[in-house]
Amino acid sequence: MADKTGTMLYLDGVSVSFDGFKAINKLSIIVHPAEMLAIIGPNGAGKTTMMDIITGKTRPDDGEVLFDGRTDLTKLDEAAIANLGIGRKFQKPTVFESQTVWDNLVMALRKPRGVFSALFYSMSADDEARITEILDTVRLLNRKDDFAANLSHGQKQWLEIGMLLAQDPKLLLVDEPVAGMTDSETVETAKLLKEIAKTRSVVVVEHDMSFVRDLGSRVTCLAEGSVLAEGTLDQVSANPVVIERYLGR
Amino acid sequence: MITQLILRALDKKAIWLVAVLAVIAIGVPVLNLVVPEGNPLHIPNYAVPLFGKYLNYAMLALALDLVWGYCGILSLGHAAFFALGAYAMGMYLMRQIGARGVYANPTLPDFMVFLNYKELPWFWNGFDMWWFAFAMVLIVPGLLAFVFGFLAFRSRVTGVYLSIITQAMTYALLLAFFRNDLGFGGNNGLTDFKDILGVNVQAATTRAALFAASAFALALAVVICSAIVNSKLGKVMVAVRDAESRTRFLGYRVDNVKLFAFVVSAVLAGIAGALYAPQVGIINPSEFEPGNSIEVVIWTAVGGRGTIVGPIIGAIVVNLTKSIFTSGSSYIAAGLVILIFSGIVAVASGWTKGLIVIAASIAIPVLYGLYQLALYGSFKLPALSDVWLYALGGLFIFTTLFLPKGIVGLIAQWRTMTTKREQHDRNAPSPADVEAGVDPQPNPAE
Ligand SMILES: Nc1ncnc2c1ncn2[C@@H]1O[C@H](COP(=O)(O)OP(=O)(O)OP(=O)(O)O)[C@@H](O)[C@H]1O
Ligand SMILES: [Mg+2]
Repeated sequence: MADKTGTMLYLDGVSVSFDGFKAINKLSIIVHPAEMLAIIGPNGAGKTTMMDIITGKTRPDDGEVLFDGRTDLTKLDEAAIANLGIGRKFQKPTVFESQTVWDNLVMALRKPRGVFSALFYSMSADDEARITEILDTVRLLNRKDDFAANLSHGQKQWLEIGMLLAQDPKLLLVDEPVAGMTDSETVETAKLLKEIAKTRSVVVVEHDMSFVRDLGSRVTCLAEGSVLAEGTLDQVSANPVVIERYLGR
Repeated sequence: MITQLILRALDKKAIWLVAVLAVIAIGVPVLNLVVPEGNPLHIPNYAVPLFGKYLNYAMLALALDLVWGYCGILSLGHAAFFALGAYAMGMYLMRQIGARGVYANPTLPDFMVFLNYKELPWFWNGFDMWWFAFAMVLIVPGLLAFVFGFLAFRSRVTGVYLSIITQAMTYALLLAFFRNDLGFGGNNGLTDFKDILGVNVQAATTRAALFAASAFALALAVVICSAIVNSKLGKVMVAVRDAESRTRFLGYRVDNVKLFAFVVSAVLAGIAGALYAPQVGIINPSEFEPGNSIEVVIWTAVGGRGTIVGPIIGAIVVNLTKSIFTSGSSYIAAGLVILIFSGIVAVASGWTKGLIVIAASIAIPVLYGLYQLALYGSFKLPALSDVWLYALGGLFIFTTLFLPKGIVGLIAQWRTMTTKREQHDRNAPSPADVEAGVDPQPNPAE
């Protein structure tokens, strides 16, 4: 298949089945450095499962999953993959509810992850400035001392995006980031992700078509675990198969 | 690095707690030794090791809370670590007896002579030296916790399954320690202690010193636990408790975090056990009884898990209650305790729930009586000591249902209620805020 060198994420012929049901079927996807890829597709297409495979939550039955053109992700566990520089925002926003917004970011901030490093960690002025900057970016500065549980759904999404920023990953996997957001928040999120994609690779899964249009990136449509169509949003949404299987419904 | 850790540990609550423990550590021995008998402030000799025992239990509960309250690991085998620490200390105390035993054997403890041992089993070597024995107090529980935790957490055993295997662990140890050929005195355990560090274990001064040591050990445990929970590692532990898999995706090795907490906790439990053995004067396999570990969970839940002071309060309150129920007190005393508890429940979560507690407390002895009536033809109330286990179970059930955050949660609830009322009364920044130069916070409009 295509050349692996110079890719940030490389999936080739990946399959996984759950009790005989093929959730991912010979899926092949490539993302380059500093590139954004939007993934669309009907419910149950396997978008989230694809992210599970990349982040080590699910092991593929078959196929190749490479990070940075060389690291085989199928051999590593979740923590090791995260530490390689792959960050993930979950479809259902998952933040640490019983802790403050600030503490959520302290934990996410890119630092040595060992037990003793965490025990002896003390916050430097730089770290504090960085977290403040992130809070400002995700507009949660005035909520920094609130428990994450008390945030609105949209704000939790923002906090999780903030945690992604704090992790400073090379590759971001963002699953349905704008669910529960107002229109203006959605526009802001698109701006933010585009800004991030200037220096990192970003994979965004989303059903909101106007948001995907705002992203202005390459688009891949998945259905039944494999690629249905690829190209610009206009090309993909003009594709008769995509219309029949996804957009037309 | 270390100083920073300790500074962080000593937040306002921890300082208070350590100060109170220091006062107790000095105060109780003084009231026992210096204040003459007959003075109302005098603490009788029997009470000193009793209070000391409560402090050891409190330390055990705090150790459990570190893994359960903060890290979400519900260990139902924590009394095993406590008992192992106690056995290590017991072995030292046995070897201090020397030739003063009934059989006057200079090296072999009485039970070994009785069981026809020809020589000391290899693992008893070294326990005649205090430093070796004290090191074993830390190493044995720590090592068991390390091996057990390594295997369990690596294979991602969590939740109920983990709780069950911790029960199995303590049960297996119970069975093993019951055996005479294991070399720990079988079901009689280790007893008849004479000396500790060259002084008589029974002497009032030694008892007072052991009490003070228990209080200081608890204070040390408070500092250690609060250093851990106030660090970033403490936040990660809570993250593991609340959303284990999410924590992995941030790059933390959840199994290592749990292993660290588990080992530290086991070592603290072991120290508590080591201080317990000389104060109660005996250590036997019943300390491994699965029920003991469950009791520790109840103390912690009643006091308030996920807090430092909660398990300490819980252990002391529940054990005081236990002594009211089990040491020949009257139904009236027990009834008063139940009334107080139901009153607390009523205040905290409504009078109907308070009534449920009272109803249950009356129903159980009455049902027992009716059962006796059916069996033997005479209505007979149960002995209070037989009721204790039901009372303990009821306490646990009603606490989890009606006071989920325990006694400490109740105090916090009461405090926010009063501060809210104050804010409502004044609706102005408090003088402290003005002094500190804090801008009055506008009410969030959204
Ligand atoms: N762990 C699992 N066990 C069994 N079936 C699974 C598992 N994970 C996913 N599936 C199934 O795989 C299919 C793909 O699910 P996936 O969540 O990846 O879809 P999706 O494209 O993210 O859909 P949506 O747009 O609704 O989020 C679904 O039919 C789902 O039920
Ligand atoms: Mg999905």
